[in-house]
Amino acid sequence: MTSLPPPQPGAKKLGLVIDLDTCVGCHACAVNCKEWNTGGHHAPLPDYEPYGKEPDGVWFNRIHSYEVEADGGSKTVNFPRSCLHCEQPQCVTVCPTGASYKRAEDGIVLVDTDLCIGCKLCSWACPYGAREFDEDQGVMKKCTLCIDRIYNESLPEAEREPACVATCPSRARHFGDLGDPESDVSRLVAERGGADLMAELGYRPTNKYLPPRKAAIAAKPLERPAAGGASALLRLIDRVLSR
Amino acid sequence: MIPASSILLLTTLTGFGFGLLAWLGLLAAIGGLPDSRLFAPVAVIVALAFSGAGLAASVLHLGRPERAWRAFSQWRSSWLSREGIAAMATWPPALAFAGAWWWLGPQAAATRLLGVAALAMGLLTVGCTAMIYASLKPIRQWNNRHTTPDHLLYAVFSGAVLLAALWSLWFGAARGPALAALAAALLAGVAKLAYWRFIDHQAPLTTLASATGLASLGTVRPLDQPHFTENYVLREMGFRIARKHARKLRHIALMLAFAVPALLALLAALGAVPALTAPLAALSALLGLLVERWLFFAEATHVSAIYYGR
Repeated sequence: MTSLPPPQPGAKKLGLVIDLDTCVGCHACAVNCKEWNTGGHHAPLPDYEPYGKEPDGVWFNRIHSYEVEADGGSKTVNFPRSCLHCEQPQCVTVCPTGASYKRAEDGIVLVDTDLCIGCKLCSWACPYGAREFDEDQGVMKKCTLCIDRIYNESLPEAEREPACVATCPSRARHFGDLGDPESDVSRLVAERGGADLMAELGYRPTNKYLPPRKAAIAAKPLERPAAGGASALLRLIDRVLSR
Repeated sequence: MIPASSILLLTTLTGFGFGLLAWLGLLAAIGGLPDSRLFAPVAVIVALAFSGAGLAASVLHLGRPERAWRAFSQWRSSWLSREGIAAMATWPPALAFAGAWWWLGPQAAATRLLGVAALAMGLLTVGCTAMIYASLKPIRQWNNRHTTPDHLLYAVFSGAVLLAALWSLWFGAARGPALAALAAALLAGVAKLAYWRFIDHQAPLTTLASATGLASLGTVRPLDQPHFTENYVLREMGFRIARKHARKLRHIALMLAFAVPALLALLAALGAVPALTAPLAALSALLGLLVERWLFFAEATHVSAIYYGR
């Protein structure tokens, strides 16, 4: 059913909190996501021409880099983009078949690929570009919040988190219940002023992004060794090695 | 947005088909159709053939066409589902209207009532199609108050030129429908100009700063792309090849879709070889509206492309 579940007070809202302060833009989340999900709920995630001139394929994470310029300097911000599991997901309500749905119990937005007719309208309705079409199977695919990991009882409890979160080397991704104001992720959002993306469109994304702590880091001018400043020994070594 | 040919055919051909059906239903209800036993039923078949061709084209757009029947299930929330149901629900009253005309005659109350039903269902279907686009918040060129009335107007215009063409081919003259086509062409052309003016002056609601949540930090510009080749999102939503030709294409659309048909309809109304000028008006309108619909997609920007700096 593509009508949204009625909102329940205190309902679980599983999602991610992404720290733009510590993300180093290494793409490990994207790679581990691809690795897990090509064997998971939405398997396989196709690649087209993987060794050709124009490699392409379905990925649930895309890692952008932006430059933020402010008074006194600028800053590189790495920006992982994936499904935000919105509270008002238009991708779900536009679906004509009931293939797209939002789970009442935890808020996860999923696609039932057995029902999907591949009309692509959901991808048009998503402002975040989170859904990618599987050209091989003719159906739409998207982030599942690793539903096959977070509830997977055959995994040790510590590993029951999305693949992107598990692999992040700078701990820039956090997973938890954003419907519970006392949860670690909710506290993190409150402390750091976590933001909604494109709040003006009214999709009310569950995932939050923590802004960089400093807008810009003023850099000292680069120090270059003066030609005449080096010691006589170093100049001698330099002359010998330069031969 | 990528102008997929299947969707251009869908929206254009169903506009012609359901527009013609609406005119037939309206004229039958008010007793404005010629008293021929065959003309109205044949025109209904032509209308359904146009709509059917458009709907068939749309099925080809699907990744899994064999599952298309599933699209009838989610009418509670989805305009696409409503469109599918409305399109199917138009056929019974349309066929019954044609049958009633043949067996009961044009004057029968049942014929007139079924004409009204066909009119209502035809326009309702076009309205549902338009709402698919008008309801998409990420696309500012569609999510506005122009989209739905404009599409209804284009359908009414398409139907009028098609009716004038059939009428003049059948009876040799078509003063009434040609004048209706002329008026509709002028109205639709003005609506298109107003739409272009609107989208050209509209300020985008979403910026890269709001898309990244970094608005409070300073100005944001793209530095590195996530990937060096195109992906689904860029191909489908970041389409921009045509935008540089937009101005020329706008002129072509305006001439072919509205100006030339208006002129030819005027000639047909004045009695200048209506059997030639009215069908030419319909042909020009069909080609012009395909260009117009192509622009409707190609000029539409999707906010997800902002992440890529497009």
